[in-house]
Amino acid sequence: MLAVASLRKRYGATEALRGVSFEVGPGELVGLLGPNGAGKSTLTKIACGLVRPSAGSVTVAGAPAGSEPARRVLGYLAELFRFPGWCTAGEVLVLHQRLAGSDGGASERAELLELVGLGGEDARRVETMSKGMQQRLGLAQALIGSPRLLLLDEPTSALDPAGRRTVRDLLGELRRRGVSVLVNTHLLSEVEHTCDRVLILHHGEVLADGSPAELTRPRGDAVEIAGGTRIFEGAAREDAPRIVAELVAAGEQVYSVELLRSTLEERYLEVVT
Amino acid sequence: MILVARHALRESLRRRIFAVVLALSVLFGALYAFGAHELFKDVSGFAGDSSGLDAKTLAGATILGLAMFGSLFLGSVLAVFLTAGAVRGDAETGTLQPLIVRPLSRRRYLAGRLLAASVVSAGYVAFAYLGAVLLTGLIGHWWPDNVVGSLIRLSGAAVVVSALALLGSVFLTATANGIAVLMVYGAGLLAGLLGEIGDAVPSHSLQRIADIASWALPFEQLYRDALRELVGSAHGVTGAIIQLGPLGGSHDAGPLLLPWAVAYVVLATLLAAWAFTRRDV
Repeated sequence: MLAVASLRKRYGATEALRGVSFEVGPGELVGLLGPNGAGKSTLTKIACGLVRPSAGSVTVAGAPAGSEPARRVLGYLAELFRFPGWCTAGEVLVLHQRLAGSDGGASERAELLELVGLGGEDARRVETMSKGMQQRLGLAQALIGSPRLLLLDEPTSALDPAGRRTVRDLLGELRRRGVSVLVNTHLLSEVEHTCDRVLILHHGEVLADGSPAELTRPRGDAVEIAGGTRIFEGAAREDAPRIVAELVAAGEQVYSVELLRSTLEERYLEVVT
Repeated sequence: MILVARHALRESLRRRIFAVVLALSVLFGALYAFGAHELFKDVSGFAGDSSGLDAKTLAGATILGLAMFGSLFLGSVLAVFLTAGAVRGDAETGTLQPLIVRPLSRRRYLAGRLLAASVVSAGYVAFAYLGAVLLTGLIGHWWPDNVVGSLIRLSGAAVVVSALALLGSVFLTATANGIAVLMVYGAGLLAGLLGEIGDAVPSHSLQRIADIASWALPFEQLYRDALRELVGSAHGVTGAIIQLGPLGGSHDAGPLLLPWAVAYVVLATLLAAWAFTRRDV
């Protein structure tokens, strides 16, 4: 659905992207991680045609990024966006329905507002909404016209924990509907729990690419015995039966065994520092 | 394009721009009516003057010329307000991005913004000008020679200012662009005054500078040509005085002016579109 090949972007003397290549398949949910200035927003903007690449190529559903066919199949939520304060939520969505050529009408608007937790707020003016509500409205706007690819740049930056939960549920729902999603965020725990794949971008290069399980590593086994929990550092899953047998032979009562893995956060910090 | 234009027009309505402008225009109209009444009353004593001065025409053309200047200025301010932040300004606030990632070409987006600004600014200029013509006619019983000709030129001048503001919006922030366009507007009118001085002195250099500036900034040329359309038939002392004018005199720009103004707007819009399609937002 999204194919990025040898992508480079230069802003004057600064090279924001240095030969980035990856793909997002149909229905795949990919998290884009990286510190500030890593090139995440630039990458997202190139994919939706707001920024022109210096070299390389990006295609969306086989069409060059930024072309009309590419823009017809994508939804985008910018990191920094603003809807006119004088518009109501419904009017914002109507405008985007017309621009996107969506014939979903009032039922689509009601469904999307419900989906992002703004059910019944159709007539509410943007200027009276909190930042979090506006971000939810931004998400609803991005989903207009049932896009096949969704590009989300920091979609939870203004949301409270309940709002983040809504977004997490929404991403799960989109995956079930077969929508491909590239989500750019700093919230590693959300990425770890929701994404199929994770890309770690640093200084304009992809330093890690894999599923959350692949990126995290076995760290050891934690075995709960009568005297507490004993950690066997470096032990793998295959070592668990032997460890349990040795403990039992030594007269210990074993209550549980847990395989310990490094978190995505630990892996992320390892990569970017 | 129409969708973008309608959105921009609705923004003007919702932000009560029209309401404020209408209220101020009524105030302007009342002051104008009062001024016209006093002026025509004062010059009525000149009737039958042996100098050949047509006092009524002089008074009507002068005060209507002032109204035209005011109308164009306010119309231009409206145009600048509506287009100054169309690209870079809106990109900085994050208003632009959600719109242009939709299957809407950047050219059509710009054309929509220009259409909205042109409708509002040219519409306002036409409304204010026709109001002034009506008040002048009813109060002073004097009517300009060619109302439609003046109207087309004056409204066209507002469209030219809209196109310039739109072009500037691709390169400058909203505030910088607004200031720049209003300064260019002032410079254009100043060039017209220079031309008048050049005619009076006479100075070939000043005339040439004024000519180049007038064609480079055709809103000024359109304004002066609109003044000419007011009193094309006034001759002698009356014609000479009117030609000097209080805020830039009338000037016959010739038959190329209107085609050039149209081409200028098209070129400015195409240049804006060309630059916008190459701009990262």
